[in-house]
Amino acid sequence: MDFQLTEEQVQFQDMARDFATHEMAPHAGDWDEKKIFPEDTLRAAAALGLAGIYVGDDVGGSGLTRLDAALIFEELAAVCPSTAAYLSIHNMASWMIDRFGSQDTRQKFLPNLCSMEHFASYCLTEPGAGSDAASLRTRAERDGDHYVLNGQKAFISGGGRSDIYVVMARTGADGPKGISTFVVEKDREGLSFGKQEVKMGWNSQPTCAVMFDTLRVPVANRLGAEGEGFKIAMMGLDGGRLNIGACSLGGARGAMDAALTHVRERKQFGKAIAEFQATQFKLADMATELESARLLLHKAASLLDAKDPRATQFCAMAKRLATDVGFQVCDEALQLHGGYGYIREYPVERILRDLRVHRILEGSNEIMRVIVGRRIVSG
Amino acid sequence: MHIVVCIKQVPDSAQIRVHPVTNTIMRQGVPTIINPYDLVVLEEALRLRDQFGGKVTVLTMGPPMADESLRKALACGADAAVLLTDRFFAGSDTLATSFALSTAIKKIDAEEPVDIVFAGKQTIDGDTAQVGPGIAKRMGLNQLTYVSAIRSLDLGSRSIVVERRAEGGTQVLTTGLPCLITMLEGSNVLRRGSLPDMFRAARAEVTTWNAEQAGVEDITQCGLRGSPTVVKKVFAPKPRNEKAVLVETEGKSDAEIARAAIDALFTANPKLEAEIPELVLAS
Ligand SMILES: Cc1cc2nc3c(=O)[nH]c(=O)nc-3n(C[C@H](O)[C@H](O)[C@H](O)COP(=O)(O)OP(=O)(O)OC[C@H]3O[C@@H](n4cnc5c(N)ncnc54)[C@H](O)[C@@H]3O)c2cc1C
Repeated sequence: MDFQLTEEQVQFQDMARDFATHEMAPHAGDWDEKKIFPEDTLRAAAALGLAGIYVGDDVGGSGLTRLDAALIFEELAAVCPSTAAYLSIHNMASWMIDRFGSQDTRQKFLPNLCSMEHFASYCLTEPGAGSDAASLRTRAERDGDHYVLNGQKAFISGGGRSDIYVVMARTGADGPKGISTFVVEKDREGLSFGKQEVKMGWNSQPTCAVMFDTLRVPVANRLGAEGEGFKIAMMGLDGGRLNIGACSLGGARGAMDAALTHVRERKQFGKAIAEFQATQFKLADMATELESARLLLHKAASLLDAKDPRATQFCAMAKRLATDVGFQVCDEALQLHGGYGYIREYPVERILRDLRVHRILEGSNEIMRVIVGRRIVSG
Repeated sequence: MHIVVCIKQVPDSAQIRVHPVTNTIMRQGVPTIINPYDLVVLEEALRLRDQFGGKVTVLTMGPPMADESLRKALACGADAAVLLTDRFFAGSDTLATSFALSTAIKKIDAEEPVDIVFAGKQTIDGDTAQVGPGIAKRMGLNQLTYVSAIRSLDLGSRSIVVERRAEGGTQVLTTGLPCLITMLEGSNVLRRGSLPDMFRAARAEVTTWNAEQAGVEDITQCGLRGSPTVVKKVFAPKPRNEKAVLVETEGKSDAEIARAAIDALFTANPKLEAEIPELVLAS
């Protein structure tokens, strides 16, 4: 067992940290406050290979591993979890096209996705199908060399702005085996969007409902075979969950760093509050829990890279732990700030609002337990 | 177009100490970085390559671990890397260094003709600013030092126009290729390497030459034996005394005082006048 990062991984990390510090940190507060989707910054990240981290290099991707991606997302999220998380969703959708698209489909969509000339969204959730995603009802009826889509998706990150929507829709019977996956371009007739949701956090990216009204897509836009869609969606989420977990680790680390600075400077009862043992115990627990979550996340990433059959279970375990621990650490970091932590001028409250949703989306943390528990019981 | 960029791995100046007795730099335990001035020319070379096509080769002379700096340059987009490393090179002063580097560049040039050689203006450990000009002299290249910007490059007529900072003003110089260029800090900022470039750099082949492979025939010109320099003393030069200008303010308006101050400035630096656009003067 080797817990050392490779020299390259350290370089990737340094680069991501440098990018986050210089290109994201000065603006993250503004993006949140004014609900700005930072397209230019995202494209600058894409130019460094961050939009197709584990997409093949023949179509402009970086061809790296899930572990590499986890390291990168942690660095970006230490500064702005919301923007990092959007980038993670874009990477997930792009990977699905890379992995399940035909050569033509890959060549058609991926170069623009890797440069972020085009932005991507992942469309699974529906108003009536959240945790029970396999009960989704958006239909795709075959009509000659096209499919006709009808239905509605809810809570779509990037919705309204994205150029490419990877959509799960029902082509067959009820249940997971009746679902297929399609790539839907923004300019197709029959695509419309709901109003932008007003959210607690994740304000640097849009979220809205996406509607399909007799929308026609060519059969060539289907990823994988008919009926494979749910499997494809879940495989996408294995990696997505690692990235969301990594974003929580990053956000928590950013919040903790801010708290450390604060407790060293802030004096009460005649000394820096960092000198109180109660403060140090709290920091010790925060660091310990964060590190244990990171270890599990990196292990899950390694299993996914190795295509180990336990990968799905470990990704679910890691997502649950990293997003719960990440939120708690962030909350403690806010507590250490006292009243200042509750004020917009300090970054902690923004990070806290951003991290809250990581416990809900890409499968809620209860659903992570469903996945893990089921596998443990069935052996 | 083929561009060679000479870089040097140097101790991180923020963490440097000088030996109190020998007056030489104590390298042990100090983290190394690419000489910051070299990053400026590396970026310029990459931009020229991006614009005109061709290839950027980075070259360094140093211990085997200087490989690290070459890989960093590759990660930022350089195409090829050559490391000169040999115990015969150890202890080189600027004379011996320019000898070794120019010998290697001649060999690189024989394989793939070189149009421009870039070198850092100076290094932060030696601060001599002699190696670039030394290479130019040894290779018979036109040399453009202290360049602040490259205005234009014409591969057809093989000519280049640059801006060069000189005392009291800026010179615009034209010369033919091949040439050697050193540039001022602040002229540009080195790009970040992308993930694919880093990935490639980590696996890239760094060509490693010892003295013989680099084409050195006279080993006595290398390393300590080829280095007549003796460091006698290290000190910061005294700042030059600029005469203060006295402007009479009694009973004058702000505009009059400003005008008098500007006039005094131009009297002291007559070359400035030509550079300030007329608009500014008129207003
Ligand atoms: C900001 C934001 C962005 C999002 N982005 C996307 C996106 O880009 N693409 C996309 O497809 N979706 C997206 N989602 C949707 C998200 O994945 C869902 O909200 C999530 O899966 C939960 O579904 P739900 O909201 O319908 O909650 P429900 O499924 O109604 O769950 C409500 C509660 O019940 C619990 N629960 C449900 N079933 C069980 C069970 N069997 N056992 C125990 N507890 C259970 C849940 O854990 C939860 O606590 C986004 C959501 C948000 C808020």
